[in-house]
Amino acid sequence: MSLRPALPETCVGLFMVGFAVVVGAATAAIPDSLYARVGPAVIPWVIAAGLAFFGVLLAIQGLRGGWEHEHDTQHDLRSLSWLGAGLLLNLALIDGIRYGDTTLIPPVGFILSSTAMFLFTARAFGSDRPARDGLIGFALAIVAYVGFDRVLGYQIGSGLIERFL
Amino acid sequence: MDTLGNLMHGFAIALTPINLMWCLVGVAVGTAIGVLPGLGPALTIALLLPITTKVDPTAAFILFAGIYYGAMYGGSTTSILLNTPGESASIVTSLEGNKMARRGRAGAALATAAIGSFVAGTIGTIGITFVAEPVVNFALRFGPAEYFSLMILCFITVSAVLGNSAVRGLTALFVGMFLGMIGVDNQSGQLRFTFGIVELYDGINVIVVAVGLFAIGETLWLAAMPKEKEEEPLAIKDSILMSREDWRRSWKPWLRGALIGFPIGAMPAGGAEIPTFLSYSIEKKLSEKPEEFGHGAIEGVAGPEAANNASAAGVLVPMLALGLPTSATAAVMLSAFQSYGINPGPQLLSTNGPLIWGLIASLYIGNVMLLVLNLPLVGLWVKMLKIPAPLMYGGILIFATIGTYGISRSVVDLILLYTVGVLGFFMRKFDFPTAPVIIGMILGPLAEMNFRQAMTISQGSFRIFFEKPLSLFLLTLTALALVGPPLLSCARRRMRTAEA
Repeated sequence: MSLRPALPETCVGLFMVGFAVVVGAATAAIPDSLYARVGPAVIPWVIAAGLAFFGVLLAIQGLRGGWEHEHDTQHDLRSLSWLGAGLLLNLALIDGIRYGDTTLIPPVGFILSSTAMFLFTARAFGSDRPARDGLIGFALAIVAYVGFDRVLGYQIGSGLIERFL
Repeated sequence: MDTLGNLMHGFAIALTPINLMWCLVGVAVGTAIGVLPGLGPALTIALLLPITTKVDPTAAFILFAGIYYGAMYGGSTTSILLNTPGESASIVTSLEGNKMARRGRAGAALATAAIGSFVAGTIGTIGITFVAEPVVNFALRFGPAEYFSLMILCFITVSAVLGNSAVRGLTALFVGMFLGMIGVDNQSGQLRFTFGIVELYDGINVIVVAVGLFAIGETLWLAAMPKEKEEEPLAIKDSILMSREDWRRSWKPWLRGALIGFPIGAMPAGGAEIPTFLSYSIEKKLSEKPEEFGHGAIEGVAGPEAANNASAAGVLVPMLALGLPTSATAAVMLSAFQSYGINPGPQLLSTNGPLIWGLIASLYIGNVMLLVLNLPLVGLWVKMLKIPAPLMYGGILIFATIGTYGISRSVVDLILLYTVGVLGFFMRKFDFPTAPVIIGMILGPLAEMNFRQAMTISQGSFRIFFEKPLSLFLLTLTALALVGPPLLSCARRRMRTAEA
C-alpha cells in the first residue's frame, strides 16, 4: 500500500464527517424531555459523535494511502445509467407526479411502471431483445401484483392494468 | 426430561399439515434463493415480513426458519457448480468443491455438502434444543444494565471483530443506529431525525433498508461490473452418490465441522466465516492426503459445509434465548417478533413456549426435507442457474419494488429504498460490511431502552454498569474484543501463509 493520499477514500471519510454534522444538527433540534433521566437526544448525540469520529479516522486512512477495495474495476456507466433511468421511471410512473392541482404525469400503476423498469434493467444487463423482455416483465409484474395484492392482501393500489384484474 | 416433553409438544405443532406446508414452502424458497447468486435469506425474509399481519406467528417463523436453513443448502450448490458463492458463508466450500466439480466429481461434492449440511444442521438443532433453556435460565437474572452491556459486546464483535476493518464496521454500525433512531421516540414522544418528512414519523421500515442494501445495492453493483460472458454451471457427470471411500473420508469432517460451527455461531459474535475457515484448515491438517487440498479434496467440502450449517443453527441460540441477533438475517427475524408485539428475550420461552418449540421442531423436519430437495432434486435447482442475468435482475427489482411499495403505498418508501440501494453500492465499492447496518438499526433502539432503564434504576449513575459483576465482565470482554482484532488478523495472516 502506497503512502500517497488516496482521493476516493479521503472523500468517503469527509462525506461521513459531513453526514455526522447533519446528524448533529438534527440532534440539536430534538427538544429535551424534562421528565426522562436519559432524554431523547442522548443516544443521538452518541451517534453523531461516533459518525464524526469514524469519519475522521476514515479520512486519515485515506490520506495515508487508503485501504484495499475494488478500485481497479472500470465501472460500466452505460449500464448504470440504464438501470438508474429504469428506477427513476418507476418512481415517476407508479403513482404519477402532481404539482398542486395539475397532474404532470398520470399514475399508471404498479404493473406498467414495473414493466418499464424491467425493460430498462434487462437492457442494463446487456439484453437486446426488448420485445421478449417487455412480455416477460409484464407477465412477472402481473404475477407479483396478483400474488401480493390479491393473495397476500397488500395494498398495491390501482392503475391502468390493475383495474381489469 | 422437561426439554424432551417440550420438544414433543413442538413436534405436535410442527407436524400439522398447514405447518408442514409452511415448512416445505420455506425450505424450497430458501434453497432457491440460496442457489441464485446475489439473493440471500435476509433480503427474502425482509420481503416476506408483511405476511406477519396475515398469518399466525408460528406459521411465519416456521417459514422464515425454513428459508434460513434452505439458503445454507442452496448456497453450497452454487459454490460447487459455479465458483461464485451464492452467499458469503460458502466461500470456503468453493475452494475444494469447485475443483471437485471440474474433475467430474460434482455429484460427490454435492452429496457430501448436502449430507454434511443435514448432519450438522441436525446436530446444531439438537444443540439449540438443549442449550436454549439453560441460556434462558441464566439470562433471566439479567437486568437492564447486563442487557445493555451484552448488546454493546454484540455490537463490537459483529462490527469490529468480524470483517476486514474495525473502523469501517463501526461506521456501518453507527449508520444503522442512526436509521433505527428515525421516528417518534417511544419514551418521550419526541420526533427524532424526521427532517420534517411526515412519512418518517413512524420510522424507517427494516424492509426498506434490508431490501435496499441487499437487492437494489447488489443489482446496481452487478450492473456496474464489466459484462463478461456468463459463466455456465458445471455439469454433474457422476451420480449423486458417494462411494464407500467418500463416506469414510467425510463423516469425521462432518462431525468436527458441526462441533466447531455450533459453539462459534452461538457466541454473541456469530458469523460463519471463522468456523468455516477454521474447519478447512483443521481438515487440511488432519487429512491423510493433504496433497489433494487445492485440487478437490472431499474433506475440504465436508468440513466447512458442516461448520457453516452448524453455525447457522448456533446463531439461533442468542436470537431465541436472549433476543440478540448476530447476523443480518437474525436481525430481520427479530423485527418479525416485534411486528407481532412479541418481546424477544429470555421470557420468550415461557410466554411463547409453543411457538418456540414448534419452531425448533420444524427445524428438524426442515432438515429432512432439505436433504430430499437437495440430493435427488438437485438438477431442478441447477436449472435455475441458467436464468439469464437480464431477466433475473429485472425480476428481483420487481419483487423488491412491490414488497416495499406494499408497506404503505408510498413513493417516499421507494425513494428511500433506491437511496439505501445507492448507499449499498458505495458500501460494496469501499468494502464496508452491510450486516452491522441492519443489526444497528434493530438492536440500537433496544440498547437505548435498556440504557435508559438502567440509568433510571441507578438514578443517573454510570456506575451501575461497572458495579454489577456480570455487566462488568461483559464490558471487559468488549474491551478485549476491541484489542483482540490486531491479534486475530495476525493469526489469520499466519493461516493464509500456511495455506499458500
